[in-house]
Amino acid sequence: MKMNQQLYLKRRITSLLGLAFSMTAMAIGLAVLLWILYVLFSNGLSALDSHLLTSDTPAPGTEGGGLRNAIVGSLMIVGLTVLVATPVGILAGIYLTEYGDESKTAELTRFVTDIMLSAPSIVLGLFVYAIAVATVGNFSGYAGSLALSLIAVPVIMRTTENMLRLVPGSLREAAFALGAPRWKVSTFITLRAAKSGVMTGLLLAVARISGETAPLLFTALNNQFFSTNMGAPMANLPVVIFQFAMSPYDNWVRLAWAGALLITFTVLVLNILARVFFREKVSA
Amino acid sequence: MSLGSVMSSNIPSFQESDQVVSKDMVAIAHKQRIQDFFFHRITQAFSLLVLMALLGIIISLFVNAWPTFQKFGFHFLAHVEWDIVNEDFGAAIAIVGTVASATIALLIAVPLAFGVAVFLTETCPVWLRRPLGTSIELLAAVPSIIYGMFGLFVFAPLFADYIQVPLQKILGGMPLVGFLFGGATNGMGILAAGIVLAFMVLPFVAAVMRDVFEITPPILRESAYGLGCTTWEVVRQVVLPYTQKGVIGGIMLGLGRALGETMAVTFVIGNANRMPTSLFSPGTSIASVLANEFGEAEALHFSTLFALGFLLFVITFVVLAMAKMMILRAEKAKGN
Repeated sequence: MKMNQQLYLKRRITSLLGLAFSMTAMAIGLAVLLWILYVLFSNGLSALDSHLLTSDTPAPGTEGGGLRNAIVGSLMIVGLTVLVATPVGILAGIYLTEYGDESKTAELTRFVTDIMLSAPSIVLGLFVYAIAVATVGNFSGYAGSLALSLIAVPVIMRTTENMLRLVPGSLREAAFALGAPRWKVSTFITLRAAKSGVMTGLLLAVARISGETAPLLFTALNNQFFSTNMGAPMANLPVVIFQFAMSPYDNWVRLAWAGALLITFTVLVLNILARVFFREKVSA
Repeated sequence: MSLGSVMSSNIPSFQESDQVVSKDMVAIAHKQRIQDFFFHRITQAFSLLVLMALLGIIISLFVNAWPTFQKFGFHFLAHVEWDIVNEDFGAAIAIVGTVASATIALLIAVPLAFGVAVFLTETCPVWLRRPLGTSIELLAAVPSIIYGMFGLFVFAPLFADYIQVPLQKILGGMPLVGFLFGGATNGMGILAAGIVLAFMVLPFVAAVMRDVFEITPPILRESAYGLGCTTWEVVRQVVLPYTQKGVIGGIMLGLGRALGETMAVTFVIGNANRMPTSLFSPGTSIASVLANEFGEAEALHFSTLFALGFLLFVITFVVLAMAKMMILRAEKAKGN
């Protein structure tokens, strides 16, 4: 009897220790998130002023300056990426659910897409450099968009596919029974039914690409001046942050923090929006 | 699947036997068949773009890397040299840095991710599960450049003062392991990069672990509790063995992420093209060499960087493919 009590005590202590460890792990994870947010706000807020949106990135050694050109550049590059990647991703997602389904090609495409989701983004930058910068002869905003599309398309494709799968088969069959052609069923019935889920995918894709730095380093490069010409090197927030954070000038580092705050805030808001969107759909 | 083809193959017979079907309707059906055909092919072409992109990446990297592979051969992989002036290159330094920082990251991230997943599935009150799960997912959404800045400006100084200096004092003089803690204590280096990477991959690993823990059938869990198991025993001896493949898949997904991460590593690894001699010594990883040097590379240096990119892509592709297969198998087990 005494022996059993000891064993029981030991087991309970082990369990308690284990659970205490798991709570500590959770606390560490949360602490890191809060710490990062705190650091961003305390360093970034001081740099947020009216100049941020009205002046361009300063030359080395000059005072003041803002991020106007970088913000506009980022918006244009991300905007073009969304314009290109959305139809491609959605149509490819439709193919995987409505036509490909169980076929070997569809299986392979699904597998490769999942891998592309986690592939090193810097290698995508190298690839786009080889096909769209080296051949044309100059860095450009278009090349930057192409590199970001390689990341955005798989995200949109897979979420679209997963969301279309949730649409009940009876809905499709009802439409077929009315004599609707397949393309109409896919676009006007199934896609419309899965609209909010697909929107979630879009928002997540935008969130994912707006912070990506590595693919833009050798594609869009950077531009010290304001430019809306996407055929030329273009300023963008991530690359400006990278360059300025590593620099010895105080006001550059300050602007890097402001840009970092701006990007993180956007990305987190997009992520939360995507979740709200999706939850509304599920509860409805 | 077959519904569309049945419909379309029936249309000609209607036309012959049934006068009710007017010519207009046949024309519409015919038009719709053509539209469907194009819709099918267009969507198919878009989905094949992904496969073409994969092929394109492999071919274009290999073609651009060819001069380097041709000159150094397999020796390139083990050659410890990075001399831009004399055009003598080897991948060993960058490979060691990449593998070492990713290994350190996993050693830290895997136990923590396991803890987080256990907490979220076993002990966390139900009303807290969603907000806490979301906040861990948000940790994954923070762009990697932010981790880099955080590592450089906030983490590195603290790491130097409170971890590197004491560790070097205590362990630096010890035989056998002392060399691991030698070198400058400026907060940068392989270990620092590994720690920053750990927090980047933690949410990815934790998310997979949580998802596979949740597919453990409740009846298994409850039977174990019924036999008198403690919560920890249920996790270690029922849930973990049951979800083994998924857990390994999650770890490998984290490995794939850690190997290819660029910005977070570039800020803190120190960017020195020397073979690291201790955990504190600055090193470099494949991704950070690319980020730092590609801008001004020419000739053989240029193609060598493509060779490194090719190696990185192949390594991460294999790791991620294995991860994916493991997770798929774990999900299939759920279906049975």
